[in-house]
Amino acid sequence: MSVPEELRYSEEHEWVAGLDGEGGIVTVGITAHAADALGEIVYLELQPAEGDTVEAGEVCGEVESTKSVSDLYSPVTGEVTAVNTAALDEPKVINDDPYGEGWIFKVRIADEPGDLLDATAYSKLIEED
Amino acid sequence: MPAETEAVKTPLYDVHVGLSGQMVDFAGFLMPLRYASETAEHVAVRTAAGLFDLSHMGEIFVTGTGAAAALDHALVGDLSALAVGRARYTMICAQDGGVLDDLIVYRLADEVFLVVANAANIAVVADALTERAAGFDAAVEDRSAAYALVALQGPLAHEILARHTDAPLAGLKYYAILAGRVAGVDALIARTGYTGEDGFELFVSAADAVAVWRALAAEEQVVPAGLAARDSLRLEAGMPLYGNELTAETTPFEANLGRVVKLDKPVDFVGKKALAAQAATPPGRRLVGLVARGRRSPRQGYAVLTAAGLPCGVVTSGAPSPTLGRPIALAYLDTGVVEEDGLAVDVRGRPEAVDVVALPFYKRH
Repeated sequence: MSVPEELRYSEEHEWVAGLDGEGGIVTVGITAHAADALGEIVYLELQPAEGDTVEAGEVCGEVESTKSVSDLYSPVTGEVTAVNTAALDEPKVINDDPYGEGWIFKVRIADEPGDLLDATAYSKLIEED
Repeated sequence: MPAETEAVKTPLYDVHVGLSGQMVDFAGFLMPLRYASETAEHVAVRTAAGLFDLSHMGEIFVTGTGAAAALDHALVGDLSALAVGRARYTMICAQDGGVLDDLIVYRLADEVFLVVANAANIAVVADALTERAAGFDAAVEDRSAAYALVALQGPLAHEILARHTDAPLAGLKYYAILAGRVAGVDALIARTGYTGEDGFELFVSAADAVAVWRALAAEEQVVPAGLAARDSLRLEAGMPLYGNELTAETTPFEANLGRVVKLDKPVDFVGKKALAAQAATPPGRRLVGLVARGRRSPRQGYAVLTAAGLPCGVVTSGAPSPTLGRPIALAYLDTGVVEEDGLAVDVRGRPEAVDVVALPFYKRH
């Protein structure tokens, strides 16, 4: 299962991109491992809208597939600056391209998040699953 | 630590792995949950044809001059009235009327019956049949391990299967069975299924399973389909699943299956007294179909709520329906609940509006 080197990961199987970028805006999605384990995603619910704040480690939505459902946690704290309306409309894009077109929301982070995993640590985590 | 019982691989295990099937332990068998997209597999069965490995199902033979009488005593159906070459949906119940399993029984010859049991219940059914057949001139033999079961289901199933057999499929009615050759091997060809589509179930020797699978899978319009698609297909067709809609704690009448209980057959049968009493009084709950108005799906175990927010039932199966484009569910609803009035399902703490609809959710044209 693909675990891109340049991303950071939460234990709840979200990825974070752009931590080193300008302006402190990061992109969040769910990993290929999580999308695959869920099966075909048919419904994505995101509680915060643009301008709302999210808290690291708190539930901010849910991802539902034909066979199961799981909560979506925000891996970071900050203000939501964008949500992927294309993924809300057609959540299957999360299965098809979890690290690209299947991104879920963007956050302007207040601080550097502390407890995210790098690709090596996350790969180890999902091997132990 | 006690060693875990290792899940059984069906004769098609390597084929599934070769197709990148996501293998899961289902009732002690390693089965493909899906190969790629379960929705695509579901749609293929509705529009073309899907191929299923059902080798986890149990094949129990009841044979002998007293075989029909033994089954009349052991099951709720009237099996001695079943014609040779035909099949019947029936149940095996406990003395208290609780459902031990739902079954398809095929009469292969006057004195040969094939009882197909759910994977989780093979031992329960084989043991109960053996015990109940004791006073009859009948032998009960569990031959599940010797058989593989492959199903070809969908509107194109007939024309595709016809390319691989000389058996007279056109004359094979729904719920009928005949012996023939498929892809060069001996098979029992049954026109039965669990998808709501036309289709066939092929009982073959375990050693022949790969040959039959490969011949049918090589057809361009055939899509291998896993347990996830099988479940969403049967749910749309309103068919009960043992362990969900049917358990030892449910009665056939609650499940709207009172018609399969033949109280008027001329012989006594296990559970008759309790079932007759149940038939005489309206059940306290009954199985209904629900369609959600929103997109969040009711799931097994979730509570059904009245407009006032009081629990009035429980969901037994629920999933997004690929055909309807909305979540559907089967649920036991308490008798007397006013169905028109703002029912909801408690979906993880939030009520989601549902409507009670007539079953099945989907019926082929």
